[in-house]
Amino acid sequence: MLDIKDLHVSIEGKKILQGINLKINDGEIHSIMGPNGSGKSTLAQVLAGRDTYQVTGGEVWFRGKNLLEMDPEERACEGVFMAFQYPIEIPGVSNTYFLKSALNAILASRDKEEVDAADFLQLIREKMELLEMDDELLNRPVNEGFSGGEKKRNEIFQMAVLEPSLAILDETDSGLDIDALKIVAKGVNTLRSKKRAFMIVTHYQRMLDYIVPDYVHVLYQGRIVKSGSKELARSLEDKGYAWLKKSTPQAVVN
Amino acid sequence: MTARNMSLYQQSFESVQRNGTKDPRWFQESRSAGMENFIRQGFPGRKDEEWKFSDFRTLARTEFGLSVEEGLSFSSDEFNQLQFTDLNCPRLVLFNGTLCPELCSLPEVDGVTVKTLTAALHDSPDFLKEHLGQYAAINQNPFTALNSAFCKDGFVVHVNQDTVVESPLYLIHVTTNSSRPIRTHLRNLVVLGESSELTLVEGYLGTGDNITFTNPVTEVVVGANSTVHHYRLQNESRNGYHVSCNEVYQSQDSQYRTLSIDLGSQLARNDFRCVLDGEGSLAGIDGLYLLKERQHLDNYTTLEHRKSHCDSRELFKGVLDEKARGGFRGRIIVHEDAQKTDSKQTNKNLLLSDDSLANTKPQLEIYADDVKCTHGATIGQLDSEAMFYLRSRGIPEVAARNMLIYGFAGEVINRVKIDSLRGQLVKYLKKWLPKDEIIQGVSEG
Repeated sequence: MLDIKDLHVSIEGKKILQGINLKINDGEIHSIMGPNGSGKSTLAQVLAGRDTYQVTGGEVWFRGKNLLEMDPEERACEGVFMAFQYPIEIPGVSNTYFLKSALNAILASRDKEEVDAADFLQLIREKMELLEMDDELLNRPVNEGFSGGEKKRNEIFQMAVLEPSLAILDETDSGLDIDALKIVAKGVNTLRSKKRAFMIVTHYQRMLDYIVPDYVHVLYQGRIVKSGSKELARSLEDKGYAWLKKSTPQAVVN
Repeated sequence: MTARNMSLYQQSFESVQRNGTKDPRWFQESRSAGMENFIRQGFPGRKDEEWKFSDFRTLARTEFGLSVEEGLSFSSDEFNQLQFTDLNCPRLVLFNGTLCPELCSLPEVDGVTVKTLTAALHDSPDFLKEHLGQYAAINQNPFTALNSAFCKDGFVVHVNQDTVVESPLYLIHVTTNSSRPIRTHLRNLVVLGESSELTLVEGYLGTGDNITFTNPVTEVVVGANSTVHHYRLQNESRNGYHVSCNEVYQSQDSQYRTLSIDLGSQLARNDFRCVLDGEGSLAGIDGLYLLKERQHLDNYTTLEHRKSHCDSRELFKGVLDEKARGGFRGRIIVHEDAQKTDSKQTNKNLLLSDDSLANTKPQLEIYADDVKCTHGATIGQLDSEAMFYLRSRGIPEVAARNMLIYGFAGEVINRVKIDSLRGQLVKYLKKWLPKDEIIQGVSEG
């Protein structure tokens, strides 16, 4: 589904990603872990199409199409979704209106009929139950006045409504208490399917107790320095990230 | 101003006085005082601190005829083609400063009197004398002076005490096309007795692309424990000048809420002054301006807290595109006796183009020591992170942009409590936006 080949990314001349190679197949859950500043969020944002980053080398293919040539909205229409680490507040635009516009834009791009108000309402009610969200949040402006946990849940709620084929979760677990984390995990697990893949970017191992990944990759200084099964996440928890600095040659230079 | 033009104003004034010898003596004197003050002050120049954002040089040079003397006609067809003429509520319509009876629909309501200034001068001169010119000062604003010299007609609304007027009242002034530039000086008075309530909309609409100069002065007296919702809608000709002065006097426990919407004119200037002269009163002044091309608008607000335990709230938001200019000056005066004042002022400007410009200036003068006054201002472009957020969900760029502009302006539009007016504003905004596809059903949420 997703094929990242030797991806190099900079921001304002500073190299962040320095040769990422990663393949994700249908139905797989990949977890990207690593210490702060290793480039995890950059990878997520570049895949979603954030234009403040410059791709200086490499390719990204998504279902046979060149992802890097697409605008963010085209990527969404192709089935890429990123849950933001820091969801944005949009004053004056209601959550319902925002989500309905998004869903209809995606449906239109696939030559499908737009949903009418009644069907849409039924759809979102279902998904809201899944995420245990308060009805009242629907009519509030997007993310405005939401608590940190509500914002993160709202991201997963959007994902549940838009049903992407590749869902990228950018530190969705950060700052969540255990109850909120369980709700988010339940949402993700419900959406797991043979056709949908997840990239779960996280700093902490804890989330992976609830969403069990097929593969774990450790990102450090812009490269994937280690890949393995879910056991790797466990050993990271035991050992922390300090071992990276000892075993990585660049660290010596720093 | 050129000497020639000043002598034209003087000749015009003499003719007004000659034709108005039957008016009450005090009214003739008030016109004279207005003219004297106008001559003394002249049109403001850019060096004057109170007027520095606005350039009135072209206005001062233009030779305007008094609209009431032009004998212009106006058909109901022309009227109905205008935007914002029908709000499903009683209305009084003046065009070019003169009553247009066939377009008015004013059901009689107990305890409320709505009439023109001309009629009020005839029927209730003592009531007028008690209030007219008592709140709007001719020695501080040359346009108030000019209005006092030339005002011939306008709206007079009187609500008795303990009267709640259910339906909003729409007072419309239309400036029509004429072969030469025309000016209109409307004088409005709104007086509420104790424990009464009124919602009113002042509409200043223009047809065509005529050079017009509309100069209304509105005085509002809010009795104790009374509430006024006062909307102003300005959609004059894009070649028009609109210079308004709004003076509000509030007694104790009164609420005055105004929302001023500016869409038209090439150059507009609105002065708002609320005097909170009774404990426990509240003034809420909101504004929205949508400007493009070379439109220029200035809102100058003054909130004067004279007594304790009064609240004031201000929210002015502007969207500026192309070469538009917008100015906001928010003055808050808290007198020594006005302890426990709670005042909040906000001005936000959204610039859609590189050539648009916004000026904002808070001006706080606080002489009491136990008060809460906050102010904030922003001038910015569309938030790139918000754009990315919307687009990352599949929403196309233009739609995302419009959604953000809509959201920005919507904060003020959603404060409009009259459904028909809010609906028409949403419709206007959709058309005003660079491209109007996608924005549908926004108001639903």
